[in-house]
Amino acid sequence: MPLAPSVRDAMLGAVPSLRAFAISLSGNVDRADDLVQETLLRAVANIDSFQPGTNMSAWLFTILRNLFRSEYRKRRREVEDVDGSYADSLKSHPEQEGRMEMREFRVALAKLPQDQREALILVGAAGFSYEEAASICDCAVGTIKSRVNRARTRLADLLSINGADDFGPDHATRAVLAAGGRR
Amino acid sequence: MQTDLPTKKSRGRLGRDVQNKLGQQLRTAYDDVVSEGVPDRFSELLRRLDEEKGSS
Repeated sequence: MPLAPSVRDAMLGAVPSLRAFAISLSGNVDRADDLVQETLLRAVANIDSFQPGTNMSAWLFTILRNLFRSEYRKRRREVEDVDGSYADSLKSHPEQEGRMEMREFRVALAKLPQDQREALILVGAAGFSYEEAASICDCAVGTIKSRVNRARTRLADLLSINGADDFGPDHATRAVLAAGGRR
Repeated sequence: MQTDLPTKKSRGRLGRDVQNKLGQQLRTAYDDVVSEGVPDRFSELLRRLDEEKGSS
């Protein structure tokens, strides 16, 4: 039986977002597109296990994440070209003032541990609730929350916008406060 | 003396403005890709898969 038109439309509609997620996971556009392709193949082949009325997008994200995880385990040795390659391949937006800033941001994002990065993207960019993200990542809601928090803190550190430099007392003062106040 | 010690240990929580900035950059990075839409290879792929499914 062919797919119901609504199912097919929902799949197509999820593709842009799936690609963005896949790129953020793999850091590489070609590999990301292969992941999306494989995800669609699996989804169509297993469409009977999709429960109508539930979130198609979340279902596809789950498939993609699992595919990436198993591939990642296999490739572990050769990976970690994660940073750079995508950032380098970006088409330039000369009109965009914060371009350098965006590039730095992507590189910092690529440095986050896998678990934290995916949690942050799912909640902070893809628009999933903590509950949906937990189900996609097959973990507890509290785990997602703490990963998102750690991801933010780490990103702020990497980008030196943890408040110390930009908004609060200067670095030296903070270091003294930290040393004196905490131990 | 300790001027380049990272201060993260002293911080439990990020300020709201920092969170806003990070959130905004994150969405920009993500939406950049989303705005590329559906590449032809995927609409093509789904059409083909659908046909195969229809004829089986």
